[in-house]
Amino acid sequence: MTDLSTEFVGIKSPNPFWLASAPPTDKAYNVVRAFKAGWGGVVWKTLGEDPAVVNVNGPRYGAVHGKDRQLIGFNNIELITDRPLEVNLQEIKQVKREWRDRALVVSLMVPCEEKNWIDILKRVEDTEADGVELNFGCPHGMSERGMGSAVGQVPEYIEMVTRWCKQHTRMPVIVKLTPNITDIRKPAQAAKAGGADAVSLINTINSIVSVDLDLMAPNPTIDGKGAHGGYCGPAVKPIALNMVAEIARDPATRGLPISGIGGVTTWRDAAEFMALGAGNVQVCTAAMTYGFKVVQDMIDGLKDWMESKGHTSVSDFVGQAVPNCSDWQHLNLNYITKAKIDQDLCIKCGRCHIACEDTSHQAITAMVDGQRHFEVIDEECVGCNLCVSVCPVENCITMVEMTDGVDPRTKKPIERKFADWTTHPNNPNRVMEAAE
Amino acid sequence: MADTLSAPDIRAGRLTSDDYLQNFDDIHPPLDPHEAAVEADRCYFCYDAPCTIACPTSIDIPQFIRQISTGNPVGAAKTIFAENILGGMCARVCPTETLCEEACVRNVAEDKPVSIGLLQRHATDTYMASISGTHFRRAPETGKRVAIVGGGPAGLACAHALALDGHDVTIYEARPKLGGLNEYGIAAYKSVNDFAQREVEFLLSVGGIKVETGKALGRDFTLSDLRAGHDAVFLAMGLSGVNALAAEGEDLNGVLDAVSYIAQLRQAKDLSVLPVGRRVVVIGGGMTAIDIAVQTKKLGADEVTILYRRGQDAMKASRYEQELAQIEGVVIRDWLAPKRIVGEGGNVSAVEAERMTLDSSGRLSGTGETVTFAADQVFKAIGQTFIADPVNGGSEPLALEGGRIRVDADRKTSLSGVWAGGDCVAGGEDLTVASVEDGKLAARSIHAALTA
Repeated sequence: MTDLSTEFVGIKSPNPFWLASAPPTDKAYNVVRAFKAGWGGVVWKTLGEDPAVVNVNGPRYGAVHGKDRQLIGFNNIELITDRPLEVNLQEIKQVKREWRDRALVVSLMVPCEEKNWIDILKRVEDTEADGVELNFGCPHGMSERGMGSAVGQVPEYIEMVTRWCKQHTRMPVIVKLTPNITDIRKPAQAAKAGGADAVSLINTINSIVSVDLDLMAPNPTIDGKGAHGGYCGPAVKPIALNMVAEIARDPATRGLPISGIGGVTTWRDAAEFMALGAGNVQVCTAAMTYGFKVVQDMIDGLKDWMESKGHTSVSDFVGQAVPNCSDWQHLNLNYITKAKIDQDLCIKCGRCHIACEDTSHQAITAMVDGQRHFEVIDEECVGCNLCVSVCPVENCITMVEMTDGVDPRTKKPIERKFADWTTHPNNPNRVMEAAE
Repeated sequence: MADTLSAPDIRAGRLTSDDYLQNFDDIHPPLDPHEAAVEADRCYFCYDAPCTIACPTSIDIPQFIRQISTGNPVGAAKTIFAENILGGMCARVCPTETLCEEACVRNVAEDKPVSIGLLQRHATDTYMASISGTHFRRAPETGKRVAIVGGGPAGLACAHALALDGHDVTIYEARPKLGGLNEYGIAAYKSVNDFAQREVEFLLSVGGIKVETGKALGRDFTLSDLRAGHDAVFLAMGLSGVNALAAEGEDLNGVLDAVSYIAQLRQAKDLSVLPVGRRVVVIGGGMTAIDIAVQTKKLGADEVTILYRRGQDAMKASRYEQELAQIEGVVIRDWLAPKRIVGEGGNVSAVEAERMTLDSSGRLSGTGETVTFAADQVFKAIGQTFIADPVNGGSEPLALEGGRIRVDADRKTSLSGVWAGGDCVAGGEDLTVASVEDGKLAARSIHAALTA
């Protein structure tokens, strides 16, 4: 039996798909719809102190579109909840009472004073919510007031606030990290030092999503002006994956539970985050793009994939890819691949040729015996994967490992022995191999 | 048979005025900006794109589609016009299914090419709706004079290119309007809202082109006259003759030449005045056959049957065009050659056709079996011919090949200072786009000769 249920920092959830703290979780109405659609949990949109913040009354979102206006990247200048604190608390309490099997975590952001945190934690505890998430990530608006990413960018503040929270509540504390820093390991270490039960990441990335060339102002434009927003959606997934992996690999934070956030759109995205160490994932943009129904494919897809791999529980594969996250210097330089084009699948668009010819290694033909024909020239191919990346037909070009013989490019025999940069003769700092 | 004894049923005004409007509306409605954006996104921006190679005028198709997708349809039109100044009409009439769209790599994996023709129309329509006149600017005047005979696609393309190079061009056109088959031949529903004339206006707006309509070579002037008065001459008068059926009864009332009927239809202000038979038989297998068949059906004919002497695959009209006709209700009967047009009291009443086959050596031959098709009206659409007399008015004869003017790769004829292109030259493909290319190539060669 394949079991999708998770227990993340003690919080039980029927599946690993939570809605992130964001517009979809601002009200009971939305959250109930999400639970009905099958979401395993929600992080309620960030609560602050009264009087509630206000939002702009013009456009607050902007987008980067791919082909056919597929939403690739998404940007917002919305602030934390703009509803009175008490209204949110009442709704949280009621929803939790009605949806016992779902995870309900409350996101918080108040000024950096211990008293403020004590006050709000008490009120949240009364709702019987499952835990809190500290919003140290919001990069716009709130950060100008010394909150959100202004806290998340200073590890000492993270540690301090986390410690207060752990001290003043029995609820699990998840610290949400901002990616707008140089080294994600530092804030994660600070959260751990403060006693955090988990970190969640990434929050949004500082962004100007586009420029209105008529108004000569950033989008979204409010009366002729624009402010940077927070970037999210499928485009940020690679950045998020790397940051999750960095924390999962770091000896100082190894084993610290991670809730993966950033562009999760499909079950596959979720599985990737989890393979890199995330115990569950949080989703926002995919829901805001397609509605709550997207979770159905996430649930079915993850289940089907787990079955095909023989996994019975998500813990079977969480973190499985972490040991394979390495540094460049430890990659095997004796591993040799050549691109191979499946002529039956090739549609002869020639993009592999022109990409290789113009910008890389001149390793793909355009014409053979007067015929339009695209074929890899092994003597030139460095195995870079550019052609695979630009080919419009999936699996038409694949990278094939050479396991024996001579590399036609270097004319050197294929070595089966592992050899990385640390021992390479060109490396002035190479470590000498021990004499045998 | 009672049917053949009565007078043939040929009438005008078979339909309501709304029917005419609907039947002769744009057959392939233009893409709106959203549809164009979605379709443009399907282009892979191929290297050395097969579509461009397949285009007789070598339009940089990936480039113009990319311009549409980046929100620059006017720029896309400029890319199109750079290679094909009649890109607007070609977008409407090109058999794209056998040219660019047949070559599209999307066919390989999906069997569904990018709709290049419709995208080209989107770009050129957008251009014409947003630019008054033209973006082209003529080079300084050279003082060289070029005469162009025939204001069809080849003549117009040549005239535009030469005017752009600064030469002084005069187009001599026998008919009252420029445009050639774009104006007088293309099916009405492919060129709605007087597009052919709007395109002519756009093209002439570059300046430097004088137009003499109602002037025919061989009647109003000779080739020698033109050569004497100009630095170069381009002949592009098309095909003015029609093939004869060589079957008994060809002279009966109700047996018509499809080309003239279509010209009449194209010029008609009111389609309800055109007389059309209840049962129409069309003889032929090219685009003219398809166009007359579909148009008579749209004019209210009850039954329209195309008789073609070979198999459907051999028809010059593409399979796509054949299917469009069939969707309109036209019946295509192949392997049937007309033997005799049957008449009653001087009027056509039927067509007697012989069933054909290929003999053991692969030659077309009759089986002896005949089939009779009752008809009120019969259209001949069996090809046009070049009438050489007008070009031979001078002292030096112009060399012909297969009954049309012989030209080299630069579209030079056997006479010095005389170029030719379009349907009147040997090897012509009878395609608008091929004629445009002829005009373009000839202009390039003429310009080189004039500036040497």
